[in-house]
Amino acid sequence: MADVRSIAEAVFREQSGRIIAGLIRISGSFDMAEEALQDAFASAMDAWAARGIPANPGAWIMTAAHRKLIDAVRRERTRSAKQDSLAYETASAGISIDVEHASENPMTFPDDRLRLIFTCCHPALNVLAQIALTLRTLGGLSTPEIARAFLMPEPTLAQRLVRAKRKIQEARIPYEVPCGDRLAPRLAAVQGVIYLIFNEGYSATFGPELVRGDLCAEAIRLGRVLCELLADAENLALLALMLLHDSRRNARVLDGALVTLDEQDRSLWDRKAIVEGLELVETALRCGPVGPYQLQAAIAALHAQAATPAETDWLQIAALYQRLLAMNPSPVVALNHAAAIAMSGALEDGLRRIDELERAALLGDYYLLHSARADLLRRLGRMEVALAEYRKAAALTKNAIELRFLERRIAEVGGACGTSC
Amino acid sequence: MRYILLIYSKEVPERRNYDAHWRLIAEAERRGVFVAAEPLEAPSGAATVHLENGRSFVSDGPFAETKEQLAGFYVLDCQSQEEALEWAARVLAACGGTQKVEVRRMPGMGARSSA
Amino acid sequence: MRYMMLIYSRETPDPLTPEQDHQVRSGHRAVMQETAQRGIFLGAEPLAPTSTATTVRVQDGRTLVSDGPFAETKEQLAGYYILECANLDEAIEWAARIPTGCKGQEGCIEIRPMPGLTKRPAGPADQAAVNH
Repeated sequence: MADVRSIAEAVFREQSGRIIAGLIRISGSFDMAEEALQDAFASAMDAWAARGIPANPGAWIMTAAHRKLIDAVRRERTRSAKQDSLAYETASAGISIDVEHASENPMTFPDDRLRLIFTCCHPALNVLAQIALTLRTLGGLSTPEIARAFLMPEPTLAQRLVRAKRKIQEARIPYEVPCGDRLAPRLAAVQGVIYLIFNEGYSATFGPELVRGDLCAEAIRLGRVLCELLADAENLALLALMLLHDSRRNARVLDGALVTLDEQDRSLWDRKAIVEGLELVETALRCGPVGPYQLQAAIAALHAQAATPAETDWLQIAALYQRLLAMNPSPVVALNHAAAIAMSGALEDGLRRIDELERAALLGDYYLLHSARADLLRRLGRMEVALAEYRKAAALTKNAIELRFLERRIAEVGGACGTSC
Repeated sequence: MRYILLIYSKEVPERRNYDAHWRLIAEAERRGVFVAAEPLEAPSGAATVHLENGRSFVSDGPFAETKEQLAGFYVLDCQSQEEALEWAARVLAACGGTQKVEVRRMPGMGARSSA
Repeated sequence: MRYMMLIYSRETPDPLTPEQDHQVRSGHRAVMQETAQRGIFLGAEPLAPTSTATTVRVQDGRTLVSDGPFAETKEQLAGYYILECANLDEAIEWAARIPTGCKGQEGCIEIRPMPGLTKRPAGPADQAAVNH
C-alpha cells in the first residue's frame, strides 16, 4: 500500500505538469483538467492496490485522465445545451472541439507545457496569480503547499487561484505560445516568475527561515523544463544562475545565522551544481546576444570560481555589473555595481556611488543599501558611521535571520568602537 | 447630440439582473433616443496596455485602482444635456444601488477631441 | 468576443500642435481602417473633455447632480473603441496601436471584455409587435 502511494506521488510530481497541460488544451478549462487529473490519481490508487502497479504508471494515469476528461466534457455540453439561453456564455461553451479527437492514443499527444507556462505567466494576470498558477499546474504543488511557501493563509491563496482561472476564461487569455515578436517579452515574464520563485526560496523576505530549499528546487526544476522546451540562451543562463546561487545554500546559513559570501566555508559549496552551472553559463554566452540573465550568471560564475574570497575577480564583476546596469538601470543593480567597485579596490569610489544612490532617494528603505554602506565603512575603519548604518539596516530588514546577522555586526563594530559609540 | 452615460459602481454583482435595464431600453427606444447599452466585465477581468518609450507593455487589472469602477454604459441621442441628465437618473434607478453616472458629450469623429 | 478599449489620457489645457494632432489622427485612422477591413470594427468614439462632464448620483432617495467627472484622477477617459477579437492577445495587439496621446500626453488603454446583455425578456411591446 505504501508502495502504491509513493509511486503514485512520484509519478504525480514528474508527470502531472505534462498531463495537465494536455488536458487543458483539450478542454479549454483549468478546473476540468485538474478534476480529471485528480480523479485519475484516485482511480490509480484503487486500481493499482488491487491489481498491482502497471508497467508504465505515467501512461496509465494519462490515459485515465483523458478518458475522465472526455466524459466530463460531454456531460457539461449536454447540460449547457439543455439550459435556457438566458445564461451567460459559460465555461463549457468555450470548450474546444478538440475533445472529439482526444480518443487518440494519449501517448502521441504533444507536450503542451510550453503553452501552459506562457498562459500561467500572462501579464494580464497579477504576479502572485502567475506564481501560484505556475506552481500549481506545472509544479504540481498543492494549494496548502503554495500557501505555506508564500506565507499566505490557505483560503486567500485558494481564492487567488480561483480568480486567476476565472480571468483566463472571461478575458479569453489564449492557450498558446506567443509567436513572432510577441515571444521575447512574454518569455521574459516567464523567466521572471521562475526567478521570483527561486528568490523567494533563497532569501525569504519574511519569516524565520532564510532559505526554503524546496522552493529553490522547484524553481530549478521549472528552469530545466523551460530549457527542455525552448532552447534560448537566457533560459540556460537563468538555470545556471539558480544552480550557482543554490550551490551555496549549505554554506549560507550556519546555526541559524547568516554567513556572508566572504565568510562562507567554500568547502560546503555544492561542486556538482557549480560544474553544471559553469557549463551552462559558457554555453549560454556562446549562444547569442547577451541578456540580463547571462550577465548575472556570469557574475555568479566568477564568484563560484574563486577558491577564496581574495581570489575573486572583482574588476570583472564590476565590469559585468556595469553592462547589466546599461540593460537594466535599477537602483539595486547600481548598488551591486557600487559594491563591486569598492571591493575591486576603489573603496572610496564605491562609497561615493552609494551616497549618490541614497541622495537620489531611490533606495531609502532598502536595508541592503545601509548594510552595504555599513560594510564598506567598516572595511575603511570608520566604525562610528558604520555602526549607525548597521543600526539603520537592522531597523529596516523584515527577515529574522538577516536581522541576527546585522545585530552580530553591530556587536562587533560596537565592540571595536569602544565606549564612544 | 449623443451622450454617453458612464456607470461607475463599487460593487460587482455576481448574478446580474437586467430586467429593469431592458424596461428602460424599451422606453428609450420608444422615445427614439436609444443608441446602445452595454455591461462591462468586472475590473478583475481587465488588462491595461501602457506605452513607455515607444514600447508597449501589459499589466493586469484596470488602469486605476479606484474603489469605483466602470461597470457599463448607455449611449443616448438627446436634445439637450438636461434630457441626458434625466435619463441618467433613470439609469441609476435601474441599477438600483450606490452607483454614479457620469454624463459626457460625444462630439463625434469630426470634432477635435482636445477642444 | 467583443472587447472595449478605454483610452485614458492626461488632459492638458494646451491644444496639441498640428504635428501631434496629425499623428494622433492618422494613428486612429489606421486602426479604424484596418479593423474595418477585417470586419472587426464595432465602433470608436472620442469623448468631450471632463470639463464638460456632469455626474449624477442618488443619495437618500434624492438625485444629486454635480459638475465634473465622477473622479478627479490624473488620467481621464478620452474615448473608446469596441473591437471583435478572437482572444485577449489579439485585443492587446490592437490596443497597443491605438494612440493615447489624444489629450496631449501618453496614456494607457484599459481592455475590458464585453459579456453582452442577457437575453431580452419578452414583454408587452414585443407581443404587440408580434400581433401586428
